[in-house]
Order: sequence, then structure tokens, then C-alpha cells
Amino acid sequence: MRRVADPQQTIRARGEPMLWLCGGALATCLLMVAGLLLFVGWNGGATFWPRPLMAVALRDGSTLLGEVTRDDTYTPSAERLAELPDEWRTAATVAVQSRGGTAHRRLLRTGNTGDHFRWVDDFAVTAETRPELAVVIDRRASVEREAWGKWYGYLDALLLDGEPVATTPRDALARIAKEHPAAMQRNERIESLREHAIGRLADAEEEARLAIRRADLRHGANSPQHGLAQAAFDALRVEQVQARKAIDTELTALRTENERWQLRLRNADGRTEKLHLADVVRIHAPNDLSLAGQLSVYADRWWEFLTAAPRETNQEGGVWPAIFCTVLMTLLMSLLVVPFGVLAALYIREYAKAGILISAVRVAVNNLAGVPSIVFGVFGLGFFCYIIGGSIDSLFYPERLPNPTFGTGALIWASLTLALLTLPVVIVSTEEALAAVPSSMREGSYACGASKWQTIRRIVLPRAMPGLMTGVILAMARGAGEVAPLMLVGAVKLAPRLPFDGDAPFFHPSRSFMHLGFHIYDLGFQSQNSEANKPMVFTTTLLLIGVVLFLNVTAVWLRSRLRRRFVGAQF
Amino acid sequence: MAEPKRQIPRRMDMMQPTPRPLPASPPEQPRTGDRHTSGVLDAIARGERVESRIHEQVANEDPVLGIENFSLFYGPSKALHDVNLRVPRGKVTALIGPSGCGKSTLLRSINRLNDLIDNVRIAGDMKLNGDSIYGPRVDVIELRKRMGMVFQKSNPFPMSIYENVVYPLRIDGVRDRAMLDEVCERSLRGAALWDEVKDRLHASALRLSGGQQQRVCIARAIAAEPEVLLMDEPCSALDPIATGKIEDLIWELKGTYSVVLVTHNMQQAARCSDYTAFFYLGRLIEYGPTETIFTRPLTTETEDYVSGRFG
Repeated sequence: MRRVADPQQTIRARGEPMLWLCGGALATCLLMVAGLLLFVGWNGGATFWPRPLMAVALRDGSTLLGEVTRDDTYTPSAERLAELPDEWRTAATVAVQSRGGTAHRRLLRTGNTGDHFRWVDDFAVTAETRPELAVVIDRRASVEREAWGKWYGYLDALLLDGEPVATTPRDALARIAKEHPAAMQRNERIESLREHAIGRLADAEEEARLAIRRADLRHGANSPQHGLAQAAFDALRVEQVQARKAIDTELTALRTENERWQLRLRNADGRTEKLHLADVVRIHAPNDLSLAGQLSVYADRWWEFLTAAPRETNQEGGVWPAIFCTVLMTLLMSLLVVPFGVLAALYIREYAKAGILISAVRVAVNNLAGVPSIVFGVFGLGFFCYIIGGSIDSLFYPERLPNPTFGTGALIWASLTLALLTLPVVIVSTEEALAAVPSSMREGSYACGASKWQTIRRIVLPRAMPGLMTGVILAMARGAGEVAPLMLVGAVKLAPRLPFDGDAPFFHPSRSFMHLGFHIYDLGFQSQNSEANKPMVFTTTLLLIGVVLFLNVTAVWLRSRLRRRFVGAQF
Repeated sequence: MAEPKRQIPRRMDMMQPTPRPLPASPPEQPRTGDRHTSGVLDAIARGERVESRIHEQVANEDPVLGIENFSLFYGPSKALHDVNLRVPRGKVTALIGPSGCGKSTLLRSINRLNDLIDNVRIAGDMKLNGDSIYGPRVDVIELRKRMGMVFQKSNPFPMSIYENVVYPLRIDGVRDRAMLDEVCERSLRGAALWDEVKDRLHASALRLSGGQQQRVCIARAIAAEPEVLLMDEPCSALDPIATGKIEDLIWELKGTYSVVLVTHNMQQAARCSDYTAFFYLGRLIEYGPTETIFTRPLTTETEDYVSGRFG
């Protein structure tokens, strides 16, 4: 007799609902991750693409020039329509009514001065064009002119010593392309003189001043040592006068040369203004660009973003210091956390006898992983910066007090704080990796007469290395993306110097640093012009994802190499 | 494999009673009166002390290892009961018995691997060439260096063949390249693996086949010239051909090394060993020359076991 299965039973037996449930959960997760990456990628990737410029003539007679950043449809209130001038209220009301009570508007980035963005209602527009030769200029802030950022308008001529050398827009653009690199080089030279040459003089002077103070602290204010230091200081001052004069001369020459070149510009309203060529970071006419031209502008702006230092209160320029410091801090953190975590896990797993104490330690370690990161930040500030750093300062740098050296946020304290934060991850995964080493291997080693440590070092650790790397990867992923504790222990909006540079002793762990995560927060929430920064927020986020991905992929690659080597294709 | 064509047929022969004559299966002879029939099982059930039956020939051999009144407890339960066993020098001694009879435990007690397990207590002592193994001032590390051990499942370390073999020397801090090379070659030749791996000594040992891996382990075990070679069912995870090679090897190692071989496989004990000790429920029941144990055992239990009536 053949039994016919109850269809309900069959489906339960085959487990299809569970299959769909599990598969659905996975698909949702993947969709969310993919959605996040796509969203950030799209918004961040589009930031540097040169957008077309739009000139709109408004009913009130003014003309605007700029790029459309977004648009939306809204319902204008009756009061809003009532406020309009009589002559076009009717037309506007009709337009709104024909759209069922809604109106369409666009946000135009107009740059130039003050008010950077304008909402433009469609019903207020009389004509719109895409002027072929409208240009957009990225401007640097300069000493005599406060305005910076985007400038939209028309290029009239290029002036040399006040005399036009190119009078049509195209000629002027071509000539600028030729003269601009030299101006940029002069700018760089000026920067380098100001930062390095003058900075070094100031450093030397500060050092000499500190030497006097050190002599005072050690030997008293009337001691011969004080006299010696004072004499050295005076000698240095005399010496520096000459050096400073040479630098000033060069600076003046460079500035004079820079001031010879000027751009004569005309804005959308027809007013003319002049701009030094040296203050132009980049100039192009987006409506006139071919695809290759657009690509080249796109690549150029990415390059600047990745390799240059930030300018104009972080809103323009690049994020190289932040990239560098993020990677450096993450590596330093890994370097600190791995030995600690591995040794702790070795003790727990290999040496300690299983018991209540070890179970308690394990629970505590796991709970440590759940402590909010800001708590670690507070601890880092209180313990590392104030107590340890303060002690270092009073022991080794008493002459600099009350200015802190180590007793404030610093790269080393941030790395240590994050190392503490990621310690549980490393301990737990190392412990698991150690537990996964077959006992037959340990026994084989012991049977050869190896001691416990020899067995651990030669057999257990190499075999556990891939699992250990998993812990490092997880720790790095967590550490690189952490922002909250860093705000307390050393991440700053703008670090004047990298923690790694050409000045002895080359590595300066006591310096504060920039961090991509903090940079995002700073751009998005801490600056006045959040509308202009929005694209940069996305781009920086994209970059942060990229950096974390890069670090992780490197670690994963390393792990797979180790796995091939130590675990092997057994059976 | 250097000459596989010649070796494999030989291997097949090995399955048969050559090159060492396999003792004929127990002859069908009626039990005689001198046989021990007092019922060891009953005695064990009553908790009485069971005297091991030790054949006289054992006493004539020069012992390399003496096990004296050795008992072992896992927590409250006693796993080995007053074992007395003299392992002869330069011979192969097989420990046989059903699962759980304590033969592996005894083997692991010889190099004190059981020390690694919590809750293990022992009584009695063992003597390796007259030196106490369980004495109060014994350095376990030094002790283990005097023995080699081969495990049930091959356990090559995750490193090259070369490094695997010279591992015992490495942990002793030997750096002399020439010496390491020499030991590596001698051990691999000793383990009959040299011809197969001499061209890839620095390849990972984990890439070798199961039988080759086990022979790497044997090479490792003999690298430090051990006084006793302990083998814990070295063939149980191997196919017949690999098993035959290892058995051949055990036969060749005899004389140079004193081998203690734990095996589940009675044919293997019969083929490879000079002396056989039969264990049952943690007691040494009978110990004597292999041929006698397999043909004219003194106890019925041994006879029942070797003829396959239980176990």
C-alpha cells in the first residue's frame, strides 16, 4: 500500500518556509549593505564631477548663474504667493494651480559671496540658458580677500601688470593653462617657506627659550647655566635676524611676481571684479568641456582630495593628513593590541587551570566588548592623557609647562585607547584559534621533549595564526571606524603637522592628529555652510569605507597566505 | 616511492605470512589440565587481585624498561591495576587487548603524557634503563627526550618535512646545519621515506599522503635516537598498503630500537612483535613470547581473545 503524504506535512518536512525565512533574512542583510554602499558611492562619487552651469533670468530682473544641486516639488502657501509682486502673482498662481497646487523649485549654487545657495521657483524664471563660456573657479582664501570657494561667472581677460594679454575667454583660458602651473609653484614655495623655513626658525628659538627655562628649573635663575643659555639664546636671535631677512626677501619677490597676473572677471549681474591668478586653484568652463575634459577635471579634483592638505577650514582641498593619520593610528593600535591580546589569551587558554576565576575573567572580557566606546574615550582622557601624560610631562618636559606635551590628546593615547577598546575582540578570537589547534599536535610536540613554551611558540601559535589574524581584522575594522573616543583623546579638526615628518625624531606620538571619521563629523555638523559640505561628507565617507576596506583586505590576504602555509590541505 | 613496482607486490606478500612467518592460527587442541582456567573474569568481578601470568622466557631478556607495580587512576576510577612488565631491549613488544583495557593509557604513562591530563594519579614506578620515570626529581622534559612516540593519528607539525624530522633537535637548540641534515637523512632513511621525499624536504609535511605522514612521524620519533620507541596503534588510520609499509618498518627498527607497540589488530601483533602482553580491564593478564601467546596461551581469556571469541 502506498501512503500519500499530507501536503502540509511535506512542506514542513522539506522545511521550505524556514528556507525562505533564512534566505530572506540573508537577502535583506545583503540588500541593506549593498544599498548603503551604492548610496554612499553614488553621492560621494558624483561630488567631483563638473556639473553644467545654468544662467537663469528671474522676473525681478536679476540673473543668477550657478549649478543645480538638487530640486524638489513643494506646496507654496497662500501667503508665499500673496507676497509676490502684483505683476507676476497671477502667472504664478496659474502655474501653481495647473500643477494641482504644487510648485517645482531648484536649489542653485551661486557661490561668489555670502549667500551661496538660492532656491529658484520655476514660476519666477523668465529665461534660462547654459552659457557656453561661463566659468567656475575654485578660489583660495588670501590675506587681503576673505571670500573663497566657488566663483561662477565669465572670464573677460587675463592681465599682466594691469595690461590685458588675452582678451577673448578662450584665449584667456588657454593662456591661464600655460601660466597657472608656475603660479601654483610659487604658491607652494611660499607655503613651504612659511611652514618649514620660518617654522624651523621659530622652533629653534623656542628650543633656546626652553633651554633657559630648563636651566632655571635645574640650577636656579642666577646660576652660570642660566647665563650660558641666555647667551646662546641671544646669539641665536642675532643669527636668526639674517636668516629671516633672506626668507622675507624671497617671500616678497614671490608675492610680487604673483601679483603681476590678474584675471578680469564679470559675474552674472555684469559687475566686473579682479582676481589674482595665484588665488585660483582651478578654473574651467564646464559647459564647454568635452567628455575627456570632464574626466580630467574629475580626476584632478579626486587627486587633490586624496593627496592635498585641507584648505579653507577643511571645506575645500584634500584630506591627505586625515587618511595618513587614520591608517597610522589603526596600525599603531594593532601593533599595541595584538601582543597584549595574544599573551592574555595564551595565559587564559594554555596556562591557567580552568575554574571559576578563569570563567569570571572570560565573562569580564566579553562584557568589556559591550562597553560603549565613549566610556573608553573618557577613560583614555582621564588615565592616559591626564595621569600618564601629565606624569611624563612633569618628569621629562617640566620646562614646557603649563603647555602640555604628552598631557593632552595625542596619537599615542588615541592608539592606546582604541587598543583597549579592541582588546576583547583579539582575546576572544585568539582563544578560539588556540582551542582549535588539535591536541594531537601539542601531544606530538610534548612527546618530542618540547617544553610548554616551545610547543606554544613552534606549534600552537603558527597553527593558530590565521585565527589570530581574524581577530586582528575585526579589531582593525572596529578601530578604524571608531570616532567617539577619539574626540576626547586627540583627534582634532586641523592638525598643523603630521605625526610623522622629516624633523627628528621623525615620529612624534605626542602630536594630535586628524581622522577621517572625525573629519566627516566636523564637515557635516560643525561648520557654518553645511549645504556646501554635504557632498564632501559623502565623499569622505566613501573614502573612509575605502580605507577600512583596504586595511581589511590586506589583513585577509595575509591571513589566507598564513592559512595556506600552516593549516594546509590535510585530507 | 622509489621503486613502487617492486615494493607493492612485496607489500602484498606482507599481508601473507611472509617475510616473517605468521604463527599458525591456534591449533584445535583440547584444553589440557595445566591451563589456567580459574576464571579471571570472575575474579575481576569479585574485585580480587589478579596475578599476571608471565612466561619464563621474558625473564631471560635484558629489560630496557621495567614497569613495577604501576597503577593509574582517572579521578576515582582505577584504569591500571598493579601492572608489572619488563620490556626487552631491542625487541618489539606488542600490547593487545580489547578497547578500554588500558594499553594506550599504559603507553602514554611511559613518557608521562598523562601528566597533561588533570585528575590523573599514579602509584608504583617505571624504570628506563634503571632510571626512575616517576621519581620526585625527574625532569619530564629530559625524560621525554629519551623516548620517541608515534600516535594513532599521524600528527605532522605544520611545517616542512625537514623541520618536522629535526624538531626534537631544534627544541634542543641544535643549529649545526650539517648535523641537522645528517639526522634528517638518517631518520628518513630509518623511516623508509628518504627516497620518496628527498627532493622535496622543504615542502610542507601536510601535503604528504596519510601513510607518508605517519612515516614522517616515525622519522621524527627516531631522530633523537630514543631508548624506547612507543607506538600507539600507528596503523589504525591507514590503508593496507601503508599499514604493510609501517609494519615492515617496525620489523626493521627492531634491534636498533626497543619498540612498544599498542595495537588493536591481532594479526599485526602476531606479524610484528617478539613479545606480546595481553591486557584486560586494566590488568596485565598474560605476557610472553608472541608465538606462545598466539598458539599456546596459559589462560583461557588470552586464548579466547586471540582466537577472536571476544574483544
